Amino acid sequence: MSTHEVASAPVAEHHTSTGLDNTKLAMWAFLGSECLFFGSFITTYLLYRNRVLDGPTPHEIYDIPFTSVSSFILLMSSLTMVLALAAIQRGDHKTMRVWLACTALLGMAFIGGQVYEFTTFVEEGLKISTSVFGSSFFVLTGFHGAHVTVGIFMLLALVGMSMSGRLGDRHEGARKVELIGLYWHFVDIVWIVIFTVIYLIPTN
Amino acid sequence: MATAAYPTRRGFFTRPRSTTGKWSWFFTVDHKKIGIMYCVTAFIFFIVGGLEALAIRSQLAQPNGEILNAEVYNQFFTMHGLTMIFLVVMPMGVGLMNYLVPLLIGARDVAFPRLNAFSYWVFLFGGIFLYSSFFLGGAPDGGWFGYAPLNETLPGHGMTFYALGLQILGVASLAGAVNFIITIINMRAPGMTLLRMPVFVWMTLVTAFLLLFAMPIIAVALFELMFDRAFQATFFDPTQGGDPLLWQHLFWLFGHPEVYIMILPAMGIVSDVLPTFSGKPIFGYNAIVFAGAAIGFMGWGVWAHHMFTTGLGPVANSAFALSTMFIAVPTGVKIFNWIGTMWGGSLRFTTPMLFSIGFIAMFIIGGLSGVTHSIAPHDAQQQDTYYVVAHFHYVLFGGAIFGLFSGFYYWWPKAFGKLLSEKLGKVHFWLMFLGFNLTFGPFHVLGLNGMPRRIYTYVEGMGWDFMNLLSTIGAFVIALSALVFIANVVITRRRGEEAGADPWDARTLEWSTTSPPPEYNFEEIPIVRHRDDFWHRKYIETPEGEPARVLAGGAVATHEHEAGHGIHMPSPSYFPIVAATGLPLLGYGVIYFNSTGKALLVLGALVTMMGLFGWVLEPGAEERV
Repeated sequence: MSTHEVASAPVAEHHTSTGLDNTKLAMWAFLGSECLFFGSFITTYLLYRNRVLDGPTPHEIYDIPFTSVSSFILLMSSLTMVLALAAIQRGDHKTMRVWLACTALLGMAFIGGQVYEFTTFVEEGLKISTSVFGSSFFVLTGFHGAHVTVGIFMLLALVGMSMSGRLGDRHEGARKVELIGLYWHFVDIVWIVIFTVIYLIPTN
Repeated sequence: MATAAYPTRRGFFTRPRSTTGKWSWFFTVDHKKIGIMYCVTAFIFFIVGGLEALAIRSQLAQPNGEILNAEVYNQFFTMHGLTMIFLVVMPMGVGLMNYLVPLLIGARDVAFPRLNAFSYWVFLFGGIFLYSSFFLGGAPDGGWFGYAPLNETLPGHGMTFYALGLQILGVASLAGAVNFIITIINMRAPGMTLLRMPVFVWMTLVTAFLLLFAMPIIAVALFELMFDRAFQATFFDPTQGGDPLLWQHLFWLFGHPEVYIMILPAMGIVSDVLPTFSGKPIFGYNAIVFAGAAIGFMGWGVWAHHMFTTGLGPVANSAFALSTMFIAVPTGVKIFNWIGTMWGGSLRFTTPMLFSIGFIAMFIIGGLSGVTHSIAPHDAQQQDTYYVVAHFHYVLFGGAIFGLFSGFYYWWPKAFGKLLSEKLGKVHFWLMFLGFNLTFGPFHVLGLNGMPRRIYTYVEGMGWDFMNLLSTIGAFVIALSALVFIANVVITRRRGEEAGADPWDARTLEWSTTSPPPEYNFEEIPIVRHRDDFWHRKYIETPEGEPARVLAGGAVATHEHEAGHGIHMPSPSYFPIVAATGLPLLGYGVIYFNSTGKALLVLGALVTMMGLFGWVLEPGAEERV
């Protein structure tokens, strides 16, 4: 047997035992795993947030109005993501590309805000080595930022695939957009938790 | 070759088409080939980890041993543990899952064949990465659980290799876990309801869920360690307010589910081997399945029994002592199920059966010494002694390894079409059984006599000399038994007995196809009507309740010329191995974080990204992103 015999007609939709799409279930499973990932970092932060040594304390250093704005930007990106999905479900590739690009841009704006925040904190004397508060803050929010960055790459890949006609038909395209959308909404939801637990709950 | 409906070339991206020859192994996405590669790789690591153990036992054979110095000894026992856990028991289990799960549920492949190949390559590269530390200034030397703050004060790159090597291996496990969960939930043949699945499939499902939720926790602990060692963070540095106990909590919250990740596949194997050689269905199928699931849930609530001597306080200690005693209940249920399966059966003592019975016996001993650890004050006496070492070798070697060998002997004819020699197999079993008990039995006595773990030598007159010598002799008997296994494999390849499709008169679907199975597994996707469906195709029940053979029941389709026509299997792919190559580069980049290291980081990220883009964009609609 040197090569596969190949069916002469494209295979129809894969039949699955539950009727649910494999990739979508896989994304849900992966996101379940991610909950434990962020949960462990948040636990570390909660344990360490008051251990500041000589460095700045959380409420000295956080700029809550600024972070509120960047959080709002990130949350709005979930809205544009939903609009992109609605567009492709109608078969409207062009509108979808616009909303996907908006989502990516809002994500980039959020990352820009995070870079600004990190730079300011370092200037004000909070580094990863300053205290365990610093270590746990930077690593937790840094990993969240890394997740957003990965999401931006995937959004841009979707735009590129759509422009070169590789996204597939309306049904297949919607499946791919929804898949990346699941990831994107998850990253947003995690930020809601992080913003609440880290920025809003006061420390002593 | 028929005309292809799917293009194999799309611009820059092509898919390889050959499924034979040595290169096909690099790009294969066939779950059976990947399963074999997992098992072979893990067996090579088994030899390496075994050689480390022999060096350790040689050093400890007599007081004031001088074969290894303290530094090398520390590296050897750490790498022995890491190897046996992450590079042997886990991947051997995953190898069997890979080979068997699609066959057992009547599927043609796993849900994500390319992700499956990716898992294997990441595992292989992670193992090589970890072992490269020996040539780059010294291997990890802080023990397999790498307690803080020792894990960050140890000089050299050893523990950084630990942090990054386990991180890479974790990626492989996580990808595999997602793949198996979806495969089992979504790829079952018509009629293969959840409660008709073979027990091995159930145990795979539980294991996959444990991996899914345990790997991210150790990932966080390892990232924190990495930031401490490479980027000046202070997570576990007590002088900077860091809490070493945080490491222990994160590690064992992963580490205890990990114990079940290692043992559940072996339990699944035994649950499929025993019914075949007892001529009876598994006793109490529902009970054994739910007991496995219960272990999966309860496994999350016992981690602090590893921490009884850290001063968590009487409330926490009592709670975890109780939960640990409780988890023995579902384990005991399984043992009764296995004994009940054999009870009154027409037993055939083949090699796989012997290994399964050996598993039960050894696992009972290891399980009972485990229950003695659950009693917190008792545990305080045993902590860090050889008694603990005896316990976990009885469950991981006497348990997991015996179960895995049972699986190897049982499914070998399916995978390679030839039966391993029963004569040599029985020599292997009895030598291993004897050597195992000779090696690890004395550890109980040594531990209760106060011999601490991880000492590289001891003085005369402690009363430990004789037991240590006995144990070392046992270790060499185990090594001999491994050689017998290798000899068996070599001889079987040359002149083994042809197995045929169903050499054991077995019960489950994998035996209904040829040995070895065709690439597409089943000519026609089976329609499942019973638990142990293949058995029901072969036998009907007479009015007296005796099984009677159905004429030509369970016959295997052999119309070779027609075989496989019109069955579309995913093409091999270049990109899993490409994407996997980037990860060790990232690892070296972090370890050597100078200009070369930063270049490696960029290179590793680019290679992985290229691999993933190729993965998404390569042609072939049959397997969707």
